[in-house]
Amino acid sequence: MARVELQAVRKSFGTVDVIHGIDLDLASGEFVVFVGPSGCGKSTLLRMIAGLEDISGGELRIGGEKMNDVLPAKRGCAMVFQSYALYPHMTVRENMAFGLEQARLSKREIEERVTQSARMLQIDHLMDRKPKALSGGQRQRVAIGRAISRQPRVFLFDEPLSNLDAALRVDTRIEIAALHHRLHDTTMIYVTHDQVEAMTLADRIVVLNAGKVEQVGTPMDLYERPASRFVASFIGSPRMNLIEGATAEAMGAACVGIRPEHLHVAQDGPWAGKVVMAEALGSDTFLHVETAEAGRVVVRIPPGETPTPGTALHLAPDAARLHRFGADGAPLA
Amino acid sequence: MDAETMTAPDLSRLARQRKRAAWAFLAPMLIVLAAVAAWPLARTIWFGFTDASLDQLGNAQWVGFQNYLHWFDYGNGQGEWEGVLADPRWWRSVWNTIWFAGLSVSIETVFGLVIALVLHRSFPGRGLVRAAILIPWAIPTIVSAKMWAWMLHDQFGIVNDMLMRVGLIDSAIAWTATPGTAMFAIVAVDVWKTTPFMALLILAALQMVPDDIYEAARMDGVPAFRLFRKVTLPLILPGLLVAVVFRTLDALRVFDLIYVLTPNTDATRSMSIYARENLFDYDKFAYGSAASTLLFFVIALITITFIRVTRMNLERED
Repeated sequence: MARVELQAVRKSFGTVDVIHGIDLDLASGEFVVFVGPSGCGKSTLLRMIAGLEDISGGELRIGGEKMNDVLPAKRGCAMVFQSYALYPHMTVRENMAFGLEQARLSKREIEERVTQSARMLQIDHLMDRKPKALSGGQRQRVAIGRAISRQPRVFLFDEPLSNLDAALRVDTRIEIAALHHRLHDTTMIYVTHDQVEAMTLADRIVVLNAGKVEQVGTPMDLYERPASRFVASFIGSPRMNLIEGATAEAMGAACVGIRPEHLHVAQDGPWAGKVVMAEALGSDTFLHVETAEAGRVVVRIPPGETPTPGTALHLAPDAARLHRFGADGAPLA
Repeated sequence: MDAETMTAPDLSRLARQRKRAAWAFLAPMLIVLAAVAAWPLARTIWFGFTDASLDQLGNAQWVGFQNYLHWFDYGNGQGEWEGVLADPRWWRSVWNTIWFAGLSVSIETVFGLVIALVLHRSFPGRGLVRAAILIPWAIPTIVSAKMWAWMLHDQFGIVNDMLMRVGLIDSAIAWTATPGTAMFAIVAVDVWKTTPFMALLILAALQMVPDDIYEAARMDGVPAFRLFRKVTLPLILPGLLVAVVFRTLDALRVFDLIYVLTPNTDATRSMSIYARENLFDYDKFAYGSAASTLLFFVIALITITFIRVTRMNLERED
């Protein structure tokens, strides 16, 4: 329902610049993930859109309206916080209704909205409990439910899964994807440092590094055509192998990258090495191999026989899948 | 089967060891408490039931409830009730004490809350202000009471001087000597002195409230006063009530402030002052002990009642 535009948006705390002029254009109903290492400014950027942080320069527009100086509550955004930010002394129902009571809605409409979003998130049986009596996953649902019931134009998520355990994180991730599908005309902006969350949820990913946009694109764009060495190493798990030195120079680059899934064990492979460690995950096995030509690299092999440490083998990179980077980290054609 | 065979001997020896260690750690405090609190309290209660006087503490005789209440017969078929419980001066001092405690703690709570809310915001020089605000609390009561006695002095006091200069009063007022103003003078000085304590305890409670819920409230556009009433206040209430209990306990045994500022005034005589007068000034040691015992029970009653009532509230909050 609302397009979100950022034009040369900057943020500085005193003399320290943390966001260096960011331009973004997020389409209405799009699910965009801000991803980057900690301290890259992704949460700050989200909080600037929410109105919790002042914008030092540039322009923010939501639905075509300039929002720089509009109060958070008037921007049509709802936010889900990493720490849930539930009111500890209120029941789930009160938590969800409290924000709506400011919006001059009738009692009946508040009740309706709360019930509806509670049902959507299957928390309707918890309505009279206090946050203390809920599990982490349930609290997160309440926080999402509270945001939904505000019927925002823009949905903001600030690392919503980082306080959940691994299994719950996967479940909740799937639910958030389903939620976006259901609320398909609500723009969603989601901040995470976890590239798996970014890859699985996003229509488009914005990779941030040190307060600058490194690359904007669909998950597969970023995976297949990283616009910098930084993006190449940040997107994909396990990380892309980056090889410098003579091997890279022989290919006319300062650095070449090859993903673990694009390296193969082959008897006639050009890189000879020894297995240092093998991680068998069941569906895949990752070999850490020390090579003379490429240094230490990770190789994905199909499950089955796992070579023991010390095994000598040869590796062959998939030539079409090699990424070449110049000395400045930019990709070479 | 007896208990011996049911518990493993090793385990019970460990448990016994732990119990012994616990008692060993507790013993020093229990001994000190018994020496400085339990024993004097028991002696005071005992003296209240005797005819002890200051020079004859050794051979005090048991007289029962005589010091509390007895019928004094004139011998002509007429008589009157005597004892602490029949003394209007005692009841006046009880009322004075409760009035003082109620008024000063209420004002301190409101001021303390306001100051704590201001100090909770970040502004330049906050650390300095936080330290500075503690100064009245750090000055010994005797010193600050003397200081205020001079400031409130009817002829040379700065308070009268300032009020007359701005034209609020026409002639000097003897603040501490006039029955109508003495209590308010005492309350004012007590508020000046102990508001910092209140503010600090409430500030500690405020800092326990997570910041993120304030951000959530900002996103919801909750107006400031509603946010305070619906979110901040309920969350700091447990801490606030503890602060109020502490201050009430303190205020109910007020002594030094009144002793320095307004001695011998009916309008401000507190229970502690009344007990001391009888114990030492009037040489009615047993009678004063009876008053001290009553003082102890009045404070205990009020505190227990307060804690009961607020704990019920707290449980409801949870």
